[in-house]
Amino acid sequence: QLSLFRLTVKTPFRTSHSSVDSKEMKKFQLLAHKWWDEEGEYSALHSMNDIRVPFIRDTLLSMRSNYHMGNPLSGVKILDVGCGGGLLSEPLGRLGASVTGIDPLEDNIRTADQHKSFDPVLAKRIQYKSSSLEEIVEESMETFDVIVASEVVEHVADLEMFIRCCCQVLKPEGSLFITTINRTQLSYVLGIVVAEKIMGIVPEGTHEWEKFVPPKELEHLLESNGFSVKTVKGMLYNPLSGSWSWMDSTSLNYAVHAVKSGAQGQSGPTDAPSETDTEQHSATAGAAG
Amino acid sequence: SSADMAAVLRRAVLAPLGPRLRARPRAPLRSAASAPPLYDVVVSGGGMVGSAMAAALGHDIHFHGKKIALLEAGPRKEYDHMPDSYSNRVSSISPGSATLLSSFGAWDHVCSLRLKPFRRMQVWDACSEALIIFEKDDLDDMGYIVENDVIMSALTKQLDAVADRVEVFYRSRAVGYTWPLPSHSCDTSPWVQIELADGRRLQTKLLIGADGHNSVVRKEAEIKNIEHQYDQSAVVATLHLSEATDNNVAWQRFLPTGPIALLPLSDTASSLVWSTSHEHASELLAMDEESFVDSINSAFWSNVNHSDFIDTAGAMFRSAISFLKPSGTAVRQLPPSVAKVDPDSRAMFPLGMGHATEYVQHRVVLIGDAAHRVHPLAGQGVNLGFGDIACLAHHLSAAAFNGSDLGSLKHLLKFETERQRHNVSLIAATDVLKRLYSTRLTPLVLLRTWGLQVTNALPPVKVRI
Repeated sequence: QLSLFRLTVKTPFRTSHSSVDSKEMKKFQLLAHKWWDEEGEYSALHSMNDIRVPFIRDTLLSMRSNYHMGNPLSGVKILDVGCGGGLLSEPLGRLGASVTGIDPLEDNIRTADQHKSFDPVLAKRIQYKSSSLEEIVEESMETFDVIVASEVVEHVADLEMFIRCCCQVLKPEGSLFITTINRTQLSYVLGIVVAEKIMGIVPEGTHEWEKFVPPKELEHLLESNGFSVKTVKGMLYNPLSGSWSWMDSTSLNYAVHAVKSGAQGQSGPTDAPSETDTEQHSATAGAAG
Repeated sequence: SSADMAAVLRRAVLAPLGPRLRARPRAPLRSAASAPPLYDVVVSGGGMVGSAMAAALGHDIHFHGKKIALLEAGPRKEYDHMPDSYSNRVSSISPGSATLLSSFGAWDHVCSLRLKPFRRMQVWDACSEALIIFEKDDLDDMGYIVENDVIMSALTKQLDAVADRVEVFYRSRAVGYTWPLPSHSCDTSPWVQIELADGRRLQTKLLIGADGHNSVVRKEAEIKNIEHQYDQSAVVATLHLSEATDNNVAWQRFLPTGPIALLPLSDTASSLVWSTSHEHASELLAMDEESFVDSINSAFWSNVNHSDFIDTAGAMFRSAISFLKPSGTAVRQLPPSVAKVDPDSRAMFPLGMGHATEYVQHRVVLIGDAAHRVHPLAGQGVNLGFGDIACLAHHLSAAAFNGSDLGSLKHLLKFETERQRHNVSLIAATDVLKRLYSTRLTPLVLLRTWGLQVTNALPPVKVRI
């Protein structure tokens, strides 16, 4: 999700819910409006559902044998990391999955909770939690069939730690779906200069180009941390039509599907202490959402 | 600044959407207590189009987990027993419509009840010899004449078959609609609220207005409607022919007062649809049965409106084009003559045209006559509605399989674009034809005479129609 860096500075403490601060409510309402306005600041994320939901759905269905077309993802437990206002959690919930959405920003979780509350079916199928991925690892070992990390890894400080946590909470042979942005000259020109500064497709300051992840780097990290990469596909956004499509080149946005290796312990590289273990930051410390 | 420019750009690109999203805000309803039952789709109007829409969604594989409601103001009609006599309200069903109806199992029921396929349409002018014949090269049927009651019977059966998914509310008229704001805040419901006459309330993620040309949904949504009352009424009746015949031709003759059509029901019976002035229509209804039958036969057979000039000009033109297109002039068949009319089968209803400027808004769609109303001369009315259903069901099915919010304008606008593109030209052409044929003025008659002849001679144009 695309979170607003400016807001992370002012992340509030968790207060008791008996007193409602009107300033908080105002900010909350402003946020709520922004997330779920299909033609607003997050319009590109809304339209991304048109390709990322079918991608996730069809990949999962190709690996299942008995499912019903009315509820194709029924019985699938999905973790949506960095769920934001719930833009991706809701369609997955509508397809029948049990979704847990986590996001470190409490405002986002409140928005997501409030939005799903009007639909009794979604309210039951989706649970939101204000948390980082690291914080839930302890209680969620090998819990999820699927993890979705869409527009997240470009905000993460320690990507390898993030991937390791994903591996821990996934069941064996579980699927990991990632969508993110490549670090290329093209993505600097189009993704930062044009998208943020000129056309306002993405709120300014959302991304740091240095944090963009080239697919080769991501693939390497995945393969050396218990995953087998199955698919890498390029994505293209057309700002005039406001729609996304697949493309061969991964020089801008791209999507990855990886599968956690089977049950007989792929311990290898994750056992040996690596340079990243010495860093004190949590995997999602730098992530604003 | 770049932010300003971004805003300008975005507004320019999204401007057409602006008014659609600005629904009229009304009293917010967010009671934690007893919220009214929430449906995924509510279809308002249980006529042929509304019932078919509900049945199509109810049988759609991606709607298996969804809740659908159909609101019908009238009582449930039982259709177990078809009377021997034919109903005077019939429709010409195109092959495309038949395909839609068979997609959810309704066409089989129609075939097992009764229908009349026709292979040919002969359309000609009262003021000249000009004639156009529509015929399919292969042995397929061009279309089917089916009583509306037969269609409703088939639809009711198929609705019963999915009663676990589609709830039909009979004797339930919607009296009020409350529209949601497009991006709602904390305390307002995002759904459409519906209030029924008996005080019951429903909520829905998508409201489909199939409530006819005086659509309440359309009015409440404040969608502008371009409408025009023709100074014509249609007289319908069930007729018995003088002698049994194959009767697989649909006949239509353009009189100066309006087109008269004979649609086959069986080898011995045909349905009449005669569009004429209000006064003449009342006369036709009032006169005794013998005079009525005489009027019909005279309308089809009399050449009183011909003028020598037009006849000669027409004949000259015919021989001119026969040089170029030898296959262009077809054999004229003679329409059947009528012997008697079913007592109590005569009725009349006023005619008009209408077209909604928008078919969709946030969480609202119009289909059938609520969106577009045409003159019966083209035999298209209900087929346009069935075409709407096929298109909308396709988009909603895809949206459901994508986990999308069913009321989202994104896919609703795709439906609107497709159908407006298809409907507008046909509605406009029908309207133009109606006006063109309402005259005796020589130049216009000549124009349409030649036009009719040219159209007859040119296969591609005929196929499009």
